[in-house]
Amino acid sequence: MSSVPLSWYLIVAALLFSIGAYGALARRNAIGILMGIELMLNAVNINLVAFWRYIEVTGLAGQLFAVIVITVAAAEAAVALALILAIYRTRDTVNVEEIDLLKW
Amino acid sequence: MTAEQVVFVLAAVVTLGSALGMVTTRSVFVGALWMIAVFGGVAALFILLGAGFLGIVQILVYIGAIAVLILFAIMLTPRVMGDPNAPRYNRQWPLVAVMASALASLLVALVLRTDWPLAQEGAPTITGFAVELGKGFMTTYILPFEVASVLLLVALIGAIVIAREE
Repeated sequence: MSSVPLSWYLIVAALLFSIGAYGALARRNAIGILMGIELMLNAVNINLVAFWRYIEVTGLAGQLFAVIVITVAAAEAAVALALILAIYRTRDTVNVEEIDLLKW
Repeated sequence: MTAEQVVFVLAAVVTLGSALGMVTTRSVFVGALWMIAVFGGVAALFILLGAGFLGIVQILVYIGAIAVLILFAIMLTPRVMGDPNAPRYNRQWPLVAVMASALASLLVALVLRTDWPLAQEGAPTITGFAVELGKGFMTTYILPFEVASVLLLVALIGAIVIAREE
């Protein structure tokens, strides 16, 4: 077995997820929020691949699921950036505190 | 420490340090450059885990596509970048910092307390795994593969429709 324990990878992924959550919740810029979400998706992928390597190495599911997550992340980034550009064109800002059209 | 542990610690320090730089830097553009370093560190962790194919995919998709897309979006929204004195965080950021630290502590405590059911067999045959992955996508896992294809198509059309000038 590898000389790096499984828990090291899981701890790195947990810290990366928390940092990403902080970025996604605290940033005012919509693009900054998107970057935080990408960090969280990356942390999940580290977990998936680590579990594949240490627990279910003969199966395909761990890496396959990571590929699906990367696909979804790419689709999400494309749609989110299109939305941000559309909002910027109509409202002239990407500050989420000023995008309050749907607030009652 | 073995060589593998040294490489792991290096990759982990680069990943987490760059992530901290990304969320704390004032300029979103500099943050995007830090984010590229995070993606590189995660790719190194993938390769260290024996998932070389995923490491390459990570570099191609995240650094090659998503990071460039985000840099383009930052360049296309200049009025936010142009104001260096605007606060980078919203009002509740201290609360968010406490919450994120609590989440990190909870997850680390859980990871350390759980008895993971590790596989007992020795080093597996990881070489040629990309071939296995491709066969898996075309046989057992054809449904998720097709769903991902449709999702990408929908996202592509949706992004064009949303971002198009009227």
